[in-house]
Amino acid sequence: MELTESAQVASFRAEARAWLAAHVPRRPLPSLETAEGFEAHREWEALLAADRWSVVSWPEEYGGRGVDLERWLVFEEEYWAAGAPGRVSQNGINLLAPTLFDHASPAQRARVLPSMASGEVIWAQAWSEPESGSDLASLKSRAERTEGGWLLSGQKTWSSRAAFADRAFGIFRTDPGADRPHRGLTYLMFGLREPGVTVRPIGRLDGKPAFAELFLDRVFVPDDDVIGEPGQGWRIAMATTGNERGLTLRSPGRFLAAADRLLALWRERGDPADTALRDRVADALVGARAYELFTRAGASRLAAGTPVGAESSLNKVFWSEYDIALHETALDLLGPDAELAAGEWAEPWVFSLAGPIYAGTNEIQRDIIAERLLGLPKGRR
Amino acid sequence: MRFLPTEEQLDFTRTLRSLLGAAEVPAAVRAWAAGDHGPGLAVWSRLADTGLFALAVPEAYEGMGPLPVELALGFVELGRAGVPGPAVESAAAAVLLARLGEEAPAKRFLPGLAAGTATATLTLPGGSPYALDADAATWHFTVSAAGELRLAPAGTAVAPLASLDPARRLGAPADGGELLAAGPAVTAAAEEALWWARLLTAAQCLGVGEALLGRTVEYVKQRTQFGTPIGGFQAVKHRLADTLLGLEFARPLLWAAALSLEPGEIAAAKLGAGGAAYAAALTALQLHGAVGYTEELDLSLWLRKARPLRDAWGTPAQCRAQVLQSRER
Repeated sequence: MELTESAQVASFRAEARAWLAAHVPRRPLPSLETAEGFEAHREWEALLAADRWSVVSWPEEYGGRGVDLERWLVFEEEYWAAGAPGRVSQNGINLLAPTLFDHASPAQRARVLPSMASGEVIWAQAWSEPESGSDLASLKSRAERTEGGWLLSGQKTWSSRAAFADRAFGIFRTDPGADRPHRGLTYLMFGLREPGVTVRPIGRLDGKPAFAELFLDRVFVPDDDVIGEPGQGWRIAMATTGNERGLTLRSPGRFLAAADRLLALWRERGDPADTALRDRVADALVGARAYELFTRAGASRLAAGTPVGAESSLNKVFWSEYDIALHETALDLLGPDAELAAGEWAEPWVFSLAGPIYAGTNEIQRDIIAERLLGLPKGRR
Repeated sequence: MRFLPTEEQLDFTRTLRSLLGAAEVPAAVRAWAAGDHGPGLAVWSRLADTGLFALAVPEAYEGMGPLPVELALGFVELGRAGVPGPAVESAAAAVLLARLGEEAPAKRFLPGLAAGTATATLTLPGGSPYALDADAATWHFTVSAAGELRLAPAGTAVAPLASLDPARRLGAPADGGELLAAGPAVTAAAEEALWWARLLTAAQCLGVGEALLGRTVEYVKQRTQFGTPIGGFQAVKHRLADTLLGLEFARPLLWAAALSLEPGEIAAAKLGAGGAAYAAALTALQLHGAVGYTEELDLSLWLRKARPLRDAWGTPAQCRAQVLQSRER
């Protein structure tokens, strides 16, 4: 067992740190959940991509550096410690790309990945429907066969980034007669500006259009944009939830950096006599370290060939609840200034509140933990 | 970088687990609580055969250490089995004696501790004023705030004070005793011993929490109400999911602390493991219902240990303060 960094990894860290120090914008970009901020973040993605820093873990042919998980963790540490902008392309990079690497054809990868890496095409996810949230397999949006492709009809919702994004991916019902709800689904990609697509942005709790409803009326999707075999959509969508994606959805570097900023805030504004608040600052430091180490152990397991599996549910519950606690502590430290919407901690706090809901609610994650890791019986949800 | 136990380390923990699984530890714990140390010391002697106690002692004094990672992994198993006795204190005493830089006390005490033929308890500045199991330990060391290391006089052990965990027998140290060493080296070695005691207590906590979780999972699978195992109810499942979550995020903190031996990392591990084990105890109690609130169920052996161990060699407040202190620029 070891936690030491090799000279090669240390040199990769130094290279990333130097690049970030020279390129990270001095002033924070406008919120990426606004039209202006979205474009500013898209330009930042292009800058990252120009020097091959946008997708370091991807193979070089698609714009990456082909680095292993350990170096990815190092890059993320440096990225967030440098105060670099949020990643507007994260839905594509974290959710779609792993699926493409596992299930798409070489032609599809060559067509989709480079423009994802450069931020030229920003992807939104289209999983949920008004009547299908946690029970996703009950979804009703259809894809019907037509010459050379499929016609999408139905409604998707809570589609993150869709207000300003270019394209989306999701699963659709192609065989309504299948014997089980999760059979007869197909995974495909479509353009958000195609004829038949109506995007209705939805204001998040703070009013920013962070997600959207999608109304689809016979939207044509060519066969080239189907991923894997028709009818295999559920299996394909679920296959990557338990692997690397479970580890990479939220990088530890993000929380290590946030905990450091919280410590700085405590030193600047904390009342040393307020030991209850001081204890919560200590807990935030310990939590970030625990999350980092848990991820390093998971990365070591993956490197040794052991699939991560349902452990990714532990990961998701931990970071989402940790994130809220950390931001609550920051707001408490700020006192009356916590209420100011322009404050450094305000929007991240709003964002943190969604964590236990998206990417599989924490109730569903706890069911998975209890059933798959502890072997408890399946019950009614 | 491979941040996982090696095959050898896993083999060692498996050996300990199977040895302790067959050793009828619960009966030994009950006897220990009643003042009969025989069965507990028999378990100790089998543990000694695995080399566990030699891991804290340098090779120069007939040990195999210091090997803090192996020791911490081993102490998780002690916690899981609920092994009674001053195991943390014996290891911490070995660290103290090895770090003194004085040949005589090291030669006199360390070989016995390494072989497991002797046991030790100790009180240190920054630790509890009560020595654990002084009536069972071969030697009782005290370090004063002034930096005097003494061997408490034999046969003067005061009547043990009852602990919330009857298997932890507490005693205030007797005054005086043979002066073994004095000065800043003693203070420095005592501080080192305190970190090790905190680390190994964290390891025991993790094992205690795992035992509580494992027993409770088995119980809720077989306990039926409303015609179905209660383990199928979401309220029950989610509480156990949270228990596992706490333990699984404490585990890598423990590993990292054992690797670095840095006081802030050790404090984080103790905070994480101690809190997770105590939360596991409260969950185990609640989900067992009334039968969990009885002393006759063996679950009580771990339930009663979780809270004292959470605080021993570093309360949550002390650990949080240490975490922040370690981040001072």
